[in-house]
Amino acid sequence: MSTAASPPDRRHPTAPADGPAVHDPAAAGRSDATGPLLSVRNLTVRFRRQGEEDFVAVDDVSFDVRAGQTVGLVGESGCGKSVTSLAIMGLLPKRGNTVTGRVDFEGIDLLSLSPRQLRDRRGRDIAMIFQDPLSSLNPVVPIGVQVSEVIERHVGLSRAKARPQARELLSKVGIPDPDRRLSEYPHQLSGGMRQRALIAMALACRPRLLIADEPTTALDVTIQAQILALLKELVQDSGTALVMITHDLGVVAGLCDRVNVLYGGRIVERADRHELFATPRHPYTNGLLASIPRLDAPRGQRLSPVPGSVADNIPWDHACAFAPRCDRPVAACREVTPELVTDEAAPSAPGGLPRALRCHHPVEPGQESR
Amino acid sequence: MARYIVRRLIQMVGVVLVLSVLLFAWLRSLPGGPVSALLGERATPETRAALEAELGLDQPLWMQYVKFLSRAASGNFGPSTGVLPGTDALKIFLDRLPATIELSLFAMIIAVALAIPLGYLAARRRGSALDTSSIVVSLIGVAVPVFFLAFLLKYVFAIELHWLPVSGRQSGGLDATRVTGFFVLDGLITREWDAALDALAHLVLPAVALATIPFAVIFRITRASVLEVLDEDYVRTAEAKGLTNRVIRGRHVLRNAMLPVVTTIGLQIGALLAGAVLTERVFSFGGIGEALALSFEQRDYAVLQVLILAAAAIYVLVNLIVDVLYAVIDPRVRTR
Amino acid sequence: MNDPRPHPRGGLGARKKERIDSLARAGARRDDAPDTEVASAGTVDDRAGVSLVASAWRRLRRNVVFLAGATIVVLFVILALVAPLVAPHDPSAGLLLSQVRQQTNPIPGPQPGFPLGGDQAGRDLLSRLLVGSRQTLYVGVFATLGGLIGGLTLGTLAGAFGGWIDSLVMRVVDVMLSIPSLLMAFSIAAIAARPSQWTVILAIAIVQVPIFARLLRGSMLAQRHSDHVLAARALGVKPAPIVFRHMLPNALGPVIVQATLVVATAIIDAAALSFLGLGNPDDRVPEWGQMLGAAQTYLAGYPHLAFYPAACIIVVALGFTLMGESLREALDPKSRR
Repeated sequence: MSTAASPPDRRHPTAPADGPAVHDPAAAGRSDATGPLLSVRNLTVRFRRQGEEDFVAVDDVSFDVRAGQTVGLVGESGCGKSVTSLAIMGLLPKRGNTVTGRVDFEGIDLLSLSPRQLRDRRGRDIAMIFQDPLSSLNPVVPIGVQVSEVIERHVGLSRAKARPQARELLSKVGIPDPDRRLSEYPHQLSGGMRQRALIAMALACRPRLLIADEPTTALDVTIQAQILALLKELVQDSGTALVMITHDLGVVAGLCDRVNVLYGGRIVERADRHELFATPRHPYTNGLLASIPRLDAPRGQRLSPVPGSVADNIPWDHACAFAPRCDRPVAACREVTPELVTDEAAPSAPGGLPRALRCHHPVEPGQESR
Repeated sequence: MARYIVRRLIQMVGVVLVLSVLLFAWLRSLPGGPVSALLGERATPETRAALEAELGLDQPLWMQYVKFLSRAASGNFGPSTGVLPGTDALKIFLDRLPATIELSLFAMIIAVALAIPLGYLAARRRGSALDTSSIVVSLIGVAVPVFFLAFLLKYVFAIELHWLPVSGRQSGGLDATRVTGFFVLDGLITREWDAALDALAHLVLPAVALATIPFAVIFRITRASVLEVLDEDYVRTAEAKGLTNRVIRGRHVLRNAMLPVVTTIGLQIGALLAGAVLTERVFSFGGIGEALALSFEQRDYAVLQVLILAAAAIYVLVNLIVDVLYAVIDPRVRTR
Repeated sequence: MNDPRPHPRGGLGARKKERIDSLARAGARRDDAPDTEVASAGTVDDRAGVSLVASAWRRLRRNVVFLAGATIVVLFVILALVAPLVAPHDPSAGLLLSQVRQQTNPIPGPQPGFPLGGDQAGRDLLSRLLVGSRQTLYVGVFATLGGLIGGLTLGTLAGAFGGWIDSLVMRVVDVMLSIPSLLMAFSIAAIAARPSQWTVILAIAIVQVPIFARLLRGSMLAQRHSDHVLAARALGVKPAPIVFRHMLPNALGPVIVQATLVVATAIIDAAALSFLGLGNPDDRVPEWGQMLGAAQTYLAGYPHLAFYPAACIIVVALGFTLMGESLREALDPKSRR
């Protein structure tokens, strides 16, 4: 597993991913056995549009997830994080888009699998939970059936045999009175309960990778914290790797080991959680951090949101897509596409993985806006 | 669930009561008033006076209404004046009811059996030739007057090609035993296979004509409903669980998509009743539809009263059944 | 769950009503349907803030189905306007009457000057078809207008004021909906002592009243609790301007869709009424439904007599249906993609 596996036509010499990075000579010799659980390489998703150019939702994205690791994909809506997760799962609509690159899961490229082979892995090896628990549950099928159908499918148990397991799962995710809940319908559960039920379904077959797409966005703040704590606990207990997709840096702070910040379909910064929060290097990351309300901030100090919206994006060719919204642009930002390179200048924890950055004029340590 | 049904039944009684008020008002507004309506224009002054006294037309309006109600409740709507002069109107209705039920049922089976699979396929293959052509057919289906379609079918398949019988429910030469009044069923019960087959042959053309509009409507609602469900998050969840296509299709797509379809099928009973009036007239089918058509033509108000009240009651009852059925398949209604 | 409709589910045909109501809500969702989907997909939306009507029109312009329907409708209306000028003969004059023999030949065939031949009264069939478009248009438009005005009045009353007015109006509407609509039209037409074109129009119009009323009320109710109405109320705008300036315009989308579709059903239903002998007995001024109804007697020997008016009805009904359905799709915020 090295970057040589990616198509040679990509501009990859400076596109590192975690683990086998180009600047890590040891990576070349690594075998699949010790490699990452999930390795996304040069993933690109294009949507065809009538009468217009293709829209590139995910642009040359590469990142790794190791067994048991929690990796965040962070960015505002429209940055391509959800599309990335759907592409990994093979859940994008069958028509109207093209996916290129590689998504190696335990050494097998998921994108090359037949729909049937992919189906065998979904729910068993890789599971996913979604943003809105109400609409993600079938309204006319009892919760018990929706949990046990995963077990029936992948373990091959009968409905009767799968039911005790479903019960067990419900109680494990903290649903009280699971016996009664098994025969209830989604509308009879509270929002938090529904998300717990979805988590139970996702973890039913002890998957090695769980992708959580904004799992707390639709919930009340108090419930959010409970669900995050539950996810953290379950992931740690079972050794499941977690890809956490969120726009909320608070979620990242509580959960993720490693963070990929996405903007305009590309990764703009990658770092371990602690380093990212301590020394954000990309102006976008910096802006996101500065827009979090802080209790220790002086009274009367204004929050500083990132100005503009995704709609202000400019294409990545011959420019930085973030330039129109950036608070520290230089001339190059409008002329040269920045590449994702190993960020040598940034302080990195001893023994930690190298950071990566896509910026012409990064924030220097000590200059962070707070 | 039981409470739900009871509540709906009580509501239904209320509706039928209001309907009776409407019918009473309708009767009073007929040209010549209820007496001419019941006896026809040719009644002698003596019989007119006798009926006027019996109906109590000199009494206050609310008394008249109570009288009307009690007469209606006892099934006394007076004798027919046009369709089958002298025969009790209620008897005409009861005699002819099986024919219409048989025809409507057959038409509904044709419509549902074609519309639901086609609607599902059209939605799954949105934009395909199958999808486009089914939509075109269903749009034309609602644009063609039912009775003209019946004429057309009769002209082509019965008059010109002689493939199927021109009219009626049974060929004249057949001496079939009558048990239930449902001719196909009778033939099956008595093992008179030729009679059953003959009755079935008589059903085909009117049933196809009658089925067009329900087909078109059910097809479109199925297609739209499946399209909507395919877009739902829970279908994506089912995909993410790696479930087999069979389970996703059956448990997650169709079970949800069928909810509005069930309702629509119930509503189409109304279209069937109205369509039966036209279709049965064209094929002289001998059901209540034909009786209604004849009573409209001949202004036979005694028969009209029974038939309209019965049609409304059937429609209300069928929709009650559909709503209960809906509650059975939709837990969100059932467990509220 | 967050259903804004306080009206309890139930009564008969509850589902029919809900279907109408949901259609109403779909059209009223105008103020909370920004282009979020487009924006979240990351595209640059250069048309942000376009109203639903404008965006619907933009998509309709390129919609083949809509254009086909609209073409038929426009041609039909033009024909109805100019028909008396282009008709070769007087449609009510029995010019070929001398050829009509009750026993041997009731229908005069095509001949020079009469390309389609005559009808049972020796009148020029082509002229009757051409001029018949005008009465057919009248029936379709006036029946729809009648139903619309009745429904508008009831629905606005119920939806704008709520309370007991709402309950009363909706009870009546519910009962009317509990009778199969075409049967109700037949029954109303049967009351008429002297049937005429107007009794036909009236019978069809009355049947449409409850449907329009429910549609409007549903839309009004959905809006009564929406932000733009609350804002207007908070600003002290009087009830009448709120209803007419703020609520009614937003409710019009689904009403226009329904009205377009009703024109088609009205024309078809008028034919059914004529077929049952409940139509206009005076056939001097031709109307397609009436021509089709009258042609049944001669079907076995002279099917063309039924075929021509039927074809006209089918094409025109199809035109209005195509237009209505594509309008519905264009106005539905859900399908804005």
